[in-house]
Amino acid sequence: MRITVTVDGTTYTDEVEPRLLLVHYLRDRLGKVGTVVGCDTSNCGACTVHLNGHSVKSCSVLAVQADGGDVLTVEGLSRDGKLHPIQEAFRDNHALQCGFCTPGMIMQTLDLLAEEPDPDDETVRHGLEGNLCRCTGYQNIVRAVQDAAQRLRGGATSSGDAVIKDAAKAETAGGVR
Amino acid sequence: MTATAQPEIGRARLRKEDEHLITGRTRWTDNLVLPGMQHLAILRSPVAHACITGIDTTAARSMPGVVAIFTGADLAAEQGSLPCAWPITEDMKAPPAPSLAVDTVNFAGEAVAVVVARGAYEAHDALEKIDVDYDELPIVLDLAGAAADGADLVHPDLGTNISATWTFDSAEAGTGGDVEQAIREAEVLVQRTFRQQRLIPAFMEPRSVVVDPTAAQITVWSATQIPHILRLMLAMTLDIPEHKLRVIAPDVGGGFGGKLQVTPEEVIALLVARRLGKPVKYTESRSESMLAAHHGRDQIQKLTLAARRDGTVTGLKVELLADMGAYLRLVSPGIPILGAFMFNGIYKFGSYHFTCTNVFTNKVPTDAYRGAGRPEATFAVERMMDELAAELSLDPLELRARNWITHEEFPFDTVAGLTYDSGNYEAATARARELFDYDGLRREQAERRERKDPVQLGIGVSTFTEMCGLAPSRVLGSLAYGAVVTGASPHGQGHETAWSQIVADQLGVPFDDVEVLHGDTQTSPRGMDTYGSRSLAVGGIAVVKAAEKVIAKARPFAAHMMECAEDDLEFTGGQFRVTGTEKAVGLADVALAVFAAHDLPEGVEPNLDSEATYDPDNFSFPHGTHLCAAEVDTETGQVRIRSYVCVDDIGHVVNPLIVEGQVHGGLAQGIAQALYEEAVHDESGTLLSGSFAEYLMPSAVDLPSFTTGRTETPATGNPLGVKGVGEAGTIASTPAVVNAVLDAVRQFGVHDIEMPCSPMRVWHAIHTAQGGAR
Repeated sequence: MRITVTVDGTTYTDEVEPRLLLVHYLRDRLGKVGTVVGCDTSNCGACTVHLNGHSVKSCSVLAVQADGGDVLTVEGLSRDGKLHPIQEAFRDNHALQCGFCTPGMIMQTLDLLAEEPDPDDETVRHGLEGNLCRCTGYQNIVRAVQDAAQRLRGGATSSGDAVIKDAAKAETAGGVR
Repeated sequence: MTATAQPEIGRARLRKEDEHLITGRTRWTDNLVLPGMQHLAILRSPVAHACITGIDTTAARSMPGVVAIFTGADLAAEQGSLPCAWPITEDMKAPPAPSLAVDTVNFAGEAVAVVVARGAYEAHDALEKIDVDYDELPIVLDLAGAAADGADLVHPDLGTNISATWTFDSAEAGTGGDVEQAIREAEVLVQRTFRQQRLIPAFMEPRSVVVDPTAAQITVWSATQIPHILRLMLAMTLDIPEHKLRVIAPDVGGGFGGKLQVTPEEVIALLVARRLGKPVKYTESRSESMLAAHHGRDQIQKLTLAARRDGTVTGLKVELLADMGAYLRLVSPGIPILGAFMFNGIYKFGSYHFTCTNVFTNKVPTDAYRGAGRPEATFAVERMMDELAAELSLDPLELRARNWITHEEFPFDTVAGLTYDSGNYEAATARARELFDYDGLRREQAERRERKDPVQLGIGVSTFTEMCGLAPSRVLGSLAYGAVVTGASPHGQGHETAWSQIVADQLGVPFDDVEVLHGDTQTSPRGMDTYGSRSLAVGGIAVVKAAEKVIAKARPFAAHMMECAEDDLEFTGGQFRVTGTEKAVGLADVALAVFAAHDLPEGVEPNLDSEATYDPDNFSFPHGTHLCAAEVDTETGQVRIRSYVCVDDIGHVVNPLIVEGQVHGGLAQGIAQALYEEAVHDESGTLLSGSFAEYLMPSAVDLPSFTTGRTETPATGNPLGVKGVGEAGTIASTPAVVNAVLDAVRQFGVHDIEMPCSPMRVWHAIHTAQGGAR
């Protein structure tokens, strides 16, 4: 089947098998390997992208379902070489370790903050329930999402600074904190 | 001037690794596409134990896009046996471990055939057309049953399901008294049997391997923790000269011990690529990963603790059964033995006996999983200490204080034969108590009991220590401007950042100018990779040693440049300075002069490259105290962690940001064992928890926020005073949580709940103890 899809601002027209998953179309046909596959039961969320402005798990969408659609992946998030505030917040709050879940986490965060610009801890945790991380224990991810929310609302301070200040305090307090 | 700059070690530097990971500019193995590359799909046995009586691949071969199909018989002559590098006894039984099953399958999920096709979809399509005839054999699944006389056999040729039995006895070793005597003379005896359930490491990036055989040297890209060990083992297994193999671990998405392996899939991919003369790629699905990548833990622990009525523990006897699964993988037999030295925890037990029997079953092999032997040991001793405290009506922290090694007593020779170099259990515990509001929570607990609140509060305690820093490491430091090559192989930890901090301090170069190279046997030919919380305490120290050599090599050049004696030079902040003068030359200028090589001193080698290997004399021993408050709904059995405090002492800290992240992640995995995760097989040996839909890896809603603290008692065995942090959280959190659950329900007569403490199990335990509904 012939499909036309806009991905990260570029429009592509391709012949695809009807069964081809969107995530494989992105990775194998378009080279958008920033989006990854973490499971085969749509539980882990590593493959999360945006389709027409909403987050979807691209392992449970067929490429043909994206025909005529607009897809945004993690690779299209930074503009003019400048990181998106969510990306900055993930880095500044040490919200990633191996980084494999990170593209999905970031794209789900984008969706979450569009719906709830000032989420509390519980709202963030529920909003990310469909995205699994094995490295971080989620605490820094929650912190990053709230920090990103503040950045997107135009707030000045960030908890990323707070993390570093905490750490500096530990040093001056002779190691006990 | 750099000399007055803030030291890099101890700074919460943001990670160098992150930029490419948050923008999707990543290099996962599965991203690789090579010219002419073919795709592999693996057919796996649906049965747990059977003879293969026939494989018909005719229909599959005619499927579109299929290039070739190989069975075990096709590869039998060259595939060798997957390596087991840790024989624990001289008479250990180790059955041959084919990568592709030849005539029998011994676990459901074992590889039986491999399809090579033009595309991944085509390869998978063809799997369905392969017809295998299985003649089923008796299935051995129950660990205790497998070890008993007369059991059906996994490997009939061996004549037994027992691989090996390993024993330590403190009386025999001269490290303590006789445990049988302690048991006979005990005023109090506590006996328990605990089950360490089978767990799945569940790294987020599924395993993937790409092999390119088209040059004189075969290149293997693999999502592995151990590129160096993998190269050596592939060379030995397949009889390929080591220098003909290059192994690259590009970005690796987590490991947790699960990628500390030489896998059947790596061997199969290499053999197929070599046969075809074309690059191949194999990437597993999550379901395959859960089915066929090695599992962790799976032990039955029988424990006897002897004590006096004042709480002094006089002896601990440990009898383990450890499930190896169907084969011995890379370090399977050694995993329970790593725990042997840790069952005494932070305590001064009078006597100790340990015996472990490794047993074969028809399940996927077990091997390293975060903590590897030490979580099992810590769980056992910390659960037993809580049981003893309950028996004696003592506060569990008080009981621990009566038995632990006090800070004046270091270095301390333990009953298990190790020498703990340093520690301060009193300080860590006092800090944890304060952060937790221990006394306030105890008051609330009493109130809830008093008013028979349906939601009861439990307080769980766990102390721990562990041994980190296994085996020698190697590292190469080259050129003064800090290109560091390390033989450690990170997969999410942040070595590039931490190593840069170390080198920046050692050589006085800016943090941003240090380039850390790793994970490629071509650029770092020697290394022992990353596992067991060893990288900093071993590989990090090797970097320090290499930097010291760089400075030593630069010294004669600097002296020559400034026309002074070498002894007149001091090196600080990246500069050689003539003592007592303003005359100085920077290391970068020395490096440039050496490179230009037009005016060199006599008899010196014109480079600053240095290489160092570090083999510590002793392990390092991080420790900590963890406190968990759990609310148990007695009507539903639901457990909710209300607060969790840990104070870990990991010695000096290079980067507190990274340390905190490691602790959080470790806690999450330990809590997951306590409450959520279990690999469950049905009576046919089929894995029921074979996807993230059934295997309850916790999501953000399943975990609390943690309060972390630190004390710093430096390790004495290395110049940085560091200990290791990767496994700390995992080790202590499991017993802390289970102890909290039991503390809430012990009042109903419950003395143990098997992990994971699911609502069903907790509810059943309460109701069974009360003589209620079952």
